Amino acid sequence: MQYNLEEKYIKKFDNPDTTAISTEHLDVFYGSKQAFFDGSLEFQKNKITALIGASGSGKSTYLRSLNRMNDSVATVKGKIMYRGIDINRPDINVYEMRKQIGMVFQRPNPFSKSIRENITFGLKENGIKDKSKLDEIVETSLKQAAIWDEVKDRLDSSALALSGGQQQRLCIARAIAMKPDVLLLDEPASALDPISTLKLEETLLDLKKDFSMIIVTHNMQQASRISDYTGFFHMGNVIEYDATKDIFTRPKIQLTEDYISGNFG
Amino acid sequence: MNKLFNQIAINIIRLIAFLVVILLALLIGKILGDGLPHVSFKFLLTPAKAFEAGGGISIQLFNSFYLLVLTLLISFPISLGAGIYLAKYAPKNKLTEIIRLTIEILSSLPSVVVGLFVFLVFVVEMKLGFSIIAGAVALTFFNLPLLTRNIEEAIASVPDLQLEAGLALGLSKWRTITKIILPESLPGIITGIVLSAGRVFGEAAALIYTAGQSAPAVDFSNWNIFDEASPLNVLRPAETLAVHIWKINSEGIMADANQISAGSSAVLIIVILIFNLGAHYLGNLIHAKLTSSR
Repeated sequence: MQYNLEEKYIKKFDNPDTTAISTEHLDVFYGSKQAFFDGSLEFQKNKITALIGASGSGKSTYLRSLNRMNDSVATVKGKIMYRGIDINRPDINVYEMRKQIGMVFQRPNPFSKSIRENITFGLKENGIKDKSKLDEIVETSLKQAAIWDEVKDRLDSSALALSGGQQQRLCIARAIAMKPDVLLLDEPASALDPISTLKLEETLLDLKKDFSMIIVTHNMQQASRISDYTGFFHMGNVIEYDATKDIFTRPKIQLTEDYISGNFG
Repeated sequence: MNKLFNQIAINIIRLIAFLVVILLALLIGKILGDGLPHVSFKFLLTPAKAFEAGGGISIQLFNSFYLLVLTLLISFPISLGAGIYLAKYAPKNKLTEIIRLTIEILSSLPSVVVGLFVFLVFVVEMKLGFSIIAGAVALTFFNLPLLTRNIEEAIASVPDLQLEAGLALGLSKWRTITKIILPESLPGIITGIVLSAGRVFGEAAALIYTAGQSAPAVDFSNWNIFDEASPLNVLRPAETLAVHIWKINSEGIMADANQISAGSSAVLIIVILIFNLGAHYLGNLIHAKLTSSR
C-alpha cells in the first residue's frame, strides 16, 4: 500500500510559554541526500516527548540536530528555537548551548574515570572548583538519577565496573549535573535488559518535574508507558505529533495507525 | 572426517607457533650465553680501549641512552600532534590519503639511506659534523612513522562515544581530546613510545655516518652542556652501543674484541627486552592509575 507522506497531523500549542524547545521547518542533509524533511514541532516543558518510528525514519537524526551534535556530519537547515533564540545560527556558542541541552546516548558511555569524576569532570571544566559544592552536586544528581544507593559506597571506584543499566543511569546523572533545561535521550534503553529498562523509565518519570525530555525509542510500549506526547516518524517525515494517549488510541493518520498496530508496509 | 581435519590443522598451527618461540629462545639464549660471562660492573662502567684488552662500554652505553632521549624529545611531540590530527581531525579525503601514504613510505625507507641523507644535509652541508644531534635527527626520521602510527592507533582505539560524551557536556573537541581521549589512550601511547625506543636503541646503520663511530672520552662530572668534554654536549661525536658492536666486529684490533662484542650484544638485548616487557607493564599501570580502575 502506498502512503501519502503529505498527509500529516502536527499538534500545535496555544501558549508559547509552555514550550521548552521547538523547531521550524527543520531539514537535515547528509551530503546531498536529505535525511529529514521539514520538521516543525514544539516540545513541552516538564513533559516527556517520545519520538517513534522504524529504523532509518530520521528520528535520531532529528534528535541529534537539536543540540547540534550532527554539525560535523550533516547540514541542518531551518530554525531551532530555544528561549526565543535560534540556536541553529552559525554564531551560536554551541558549547554554552549544550550545557542547557544535555544528551544521553544509545550505548552507555561513562568516562573511564571514577564514578565521582564522571559527574565532577564537566563541572570542573566549567569552573566549579569548590569541593563541598562538587560533593553536593554529585550526591543530588546521583540521587535524581536513582543510582545513589547503589554507588554511594564506591564513588571513587571505576565507573566501568558498573552494570550496563547502572552506567546508563550514571550517564543521566552526569548529564543532569550540568543542570540542563532539556534532556535529549537517544534510545537510552536499547542496550539494557528489561529490568534495567524499567528502572530507567522510573528514573525518567521522576526527572520530569525538573527537566523537559525528548526520547527516541524503538519500543512502542516504552513510549506509551512514559511519554506525554509522541511524534511518529516515517521516511524522514514527522507524520503525526500528538498527545501520547491520542496517538496510541485514536491516531488521526492511517499510516500511524498501521505502524502502531503492526500492519506496516 | 571434518573433526580429524580440524585436529590436524590446529596441531600444525600450534607447531608453527611453537617453532617461532623456540627460534627466539635459541637466539636470545645463544646471545646471552655467549655474552653474559663477560658482562660485569667493570665492563659497564669503564670506557672502551682501542688497542689493549680490558676495555668496557660505559661511554657507548651512555651515548645510546642519551641519543634515545634526544630522539624522543624531537620525535614525540611531532608524532603526538600528527597522531591526534590523523585520528580525530583529518577529513577523509585525498590529502589525508597522501599523508598516510607518505608516512608509510617513510617507514619503509632503508635506515642506511636515511643515515646518508642526514649525513649529506646535516653533517656536511650544515657543517654539524659527526654529532649526537645529527644522529638524533636521523633516528627521528626513522622513528616518526612508527611512533605516529602507534599514537594514532592508540587514540583511534578509544570509542567515539567518549568524544560525544564530552561534546554533549559542552566541552570543545580539543578539551575532550586532551582531557578524556588522551588519558584513556595513554597506555597505548606509552607502549608505542617504549617499543619504538627499543628499535631506536638497537639501530646502527643510520648512525654510522651521523653520530659517528668514535667515542671521545667524556668527563661525567662535567654537566655544562656547551663544554666539549661534557657528556651532555650534543655536538660531540658519539658512538652508540650498536655501532660499537659493528665497529669491533669489522675492525676491532684489541685482543678481547670477540668477548667485548659478545658482552655488548648481551647488554643490548637485555636493554631491549626490558623496554619491551616494561612497555606492557607500564602501560597497564598507568591506565589503572588514570582511570581509577583496578
